Amino acid sequence: MLNRTADNVARATPEPLAKRIRGISDKGLAWLFISPTILLLLAINIFPLFWAIYLSFTNYRANRPNEVVKNLGLANYQRILGDQDIWIAMQTTAHFVFWTILLQTVIGFTLAWLIDRKFRGHAFWTTIILVPMMLSPAVVGNFWRFLYEPQIGLFSYVISFVTGIPPTNVQMLSNVELAPWAIIIVDTWMWTPYVMLICLAGLRSIPEYIYEAAEVDRASNWRQFWSITLPMALPFIMLAVLFRGIENFKMFDMVNLLTGGGPGSTTEVASITLKRQAFESWRTGYSSAFAIILFVAVFGLANIYVKALNKVKQR
Amino acid sequence: MSLTTAHSVVAPSANSKRIAGVIIVAYALISIVPLLWIFATSFKTPPDSIAYPPKIVFQPSLEGYCNLFTTRTRQTPEYINSLGPATGLCDATVRKRNMVIAGPSNFVPRFVNSLIIAFGSTFCAVFLGTLSAYGFSRFKVPLADDLLFFILSTRFMPPIAVAIPIYLMYRELGLSDTALGMILLYTAVNVSLAVWLLKGFIDEIPREYEEAAMIDGYTRLQAFWRTVLPQATTGIAATAIFCLIFAWNEYAFAALLTSGTAQTAPPFIPTIIGEGGQDWPAVAAGTTIFLVPILVFTILLRKQLLRGITFGAVRK
Repeated sequence: MLNRTADNVARATPEPLAKRIRGISDKGLAWLFISPTILLLLAINIFPLFWAIYLSFTNYRANRPNEVVKNLGLANYQRILGDQDIWIAMQTTAHFVFWTILLQTVIGFTLAWLIDRKFRGHAFWTTIILVPMMLSPAVVGNFWRFLYEPQIGLFSYVISFVTGIPPTNVQMLSNVELAPWAIIIVDTWMWTPYVMLICLAGLRSIPEYIYEAAEVDRASNWRQFWSITLPMALPFIMLAVLFRGIENFKMFDMVNLLTGGGPGSTTEVASITLKRQAFESWRTGYSSAFAIILFVAVFGLANIYVKALNKVKQR
Repeated sequence: MSLTTAHSVVAPSANSKRIAGVIIVAYALISIVPLLWIFATSFKTPPDSIAYPPKIVFQPSLEGYCNLFTTRTRQTPEYINSLGPATGLCDATVRKRNMVIAGPSNFVPRFVNSLIIAFGSTFCAVFLGTLSAYGFSRFKVPLADDLLFFILSTRFMPPIAVAIPIYLMYRELGLSDTALGMILLYTAVNVSLAVWLLKGFIDEIPREYEEAAMIDGYTRLQAFWRTVLPQATTGIAATAIFCLIFAWNEYAFAALLTSGTAQTAPPFIPTIIGEGGQDWPAVAAGTTIFLVPILVFTILLRKQLLRGITFGAVRK
């Protein structure tokens, strides 16, 4: 269509101009515009990915580059699938992802639902609520370490003030029971606004006339919520869950700074294990295999999820 | 008439609005307490910062900022007395703790690294992203959907998983701990966001403008330059800010791939220590300086925020 327009123009105009228009074809221009991005991604993402796949079949160690590299076949993968520590890390990750997403979805949706009432000043307060999610999780997460300090930390102080537990006993980061929750709290504080913002878009996309029709039918508020609001906002909620799920599955920065995976390995999520194996024990081949497994897992789960999301959308 | 009408979502009642308002304001206030606490701590003295109970009212001090920008050594009171009068506010503050300023700290170079890497990678990502987005938006590219998905899928990788081969590759190429290496890496990460966002923005610009320009004798390239780009300015600016925020905030790659000359602020700030542990006022001061630009950008961006965080999947 466009090509034809351009050609017609070219034919209708005098020679030199026509030449200029034909000078670089649309097809050529398209590739000229797209190829730099593709080349960059091939160099920085795809080539390293293939390198990692190659390394995952070897016993290569990055701190001993001169040692002879042995081909191990699938041994790394077999060892990972039988490694107790890896399974514990996966469970820790699942626990973290499950609770953060549950809390963020429930709180985020509730906030969005309230903001949708459009009370006076809602735009200003919405902006305030959005601030935490724009900040660096590492830099702000690091400061939460201070808020969590027993006694002197503000968070611990407030908790001991409210509950009456002696201030020295509120050990959010060094208590085995509490440390996973300390991370869940910071993540929820930071990312609830994200879910809220997407849910708000979902709620605002519901046309008024549907509610008006429900009013005519004398549907109760409860009924309207369950059969209009929630189902129509569901694709948006699911989208928010997808984005948060992927991000939290990859979670590294906040956990690394808050607990470093400790105490012991109670907060050691998959990314922390990966870092310990790759950059502390220098088991490059082994950790590459683990990285590939993680990548396949995220990719596979995300794909299944997107299919479900599209089904909900089409309904 | 009935109660249901009064409470309906079609027209929220005054009462339900009021309750919603109170809950939202309460949530907003509680959620910014940690940020206010960072700001307050940056103006406390180290003893005030670790007081029990935590001090809400305190004598403001610039000691945290002094400690952030300097390194200090402990000296005997006799030696300090033998020095002339203090040369500045920080000098005087530090001497009260029996210290003298030994030199500047690494904060400024790390902050400058953050600026160079964030702006450099943002420029590259937006440049490449604009071209690709225009290509995908206007031309029939074979396998366009697959290519777009491929561009996005590079975001599925956990950063640590990407960092392992990148670490080896950069070691071979001599790019370890260099600003160039970090700019390339952040460009690659951000370009997926830039392509997806900008494609959305460019899709919204009617094709008729370019067609009209081309009938007037512009080439396709000129039409792109003179009609599409000026119309996409808002979108490009919003995309640039999102890329900038990502690069500015990024920690995992920076912590693993930089150690000295190219280290950015996020891995540096947690390492600020004073005598006997973390120097929290200095950390808070560094955090405050680091966060202020993002606060400004967030306010500028608030209308485009939704689009940015969903890769353009949700538009208002």
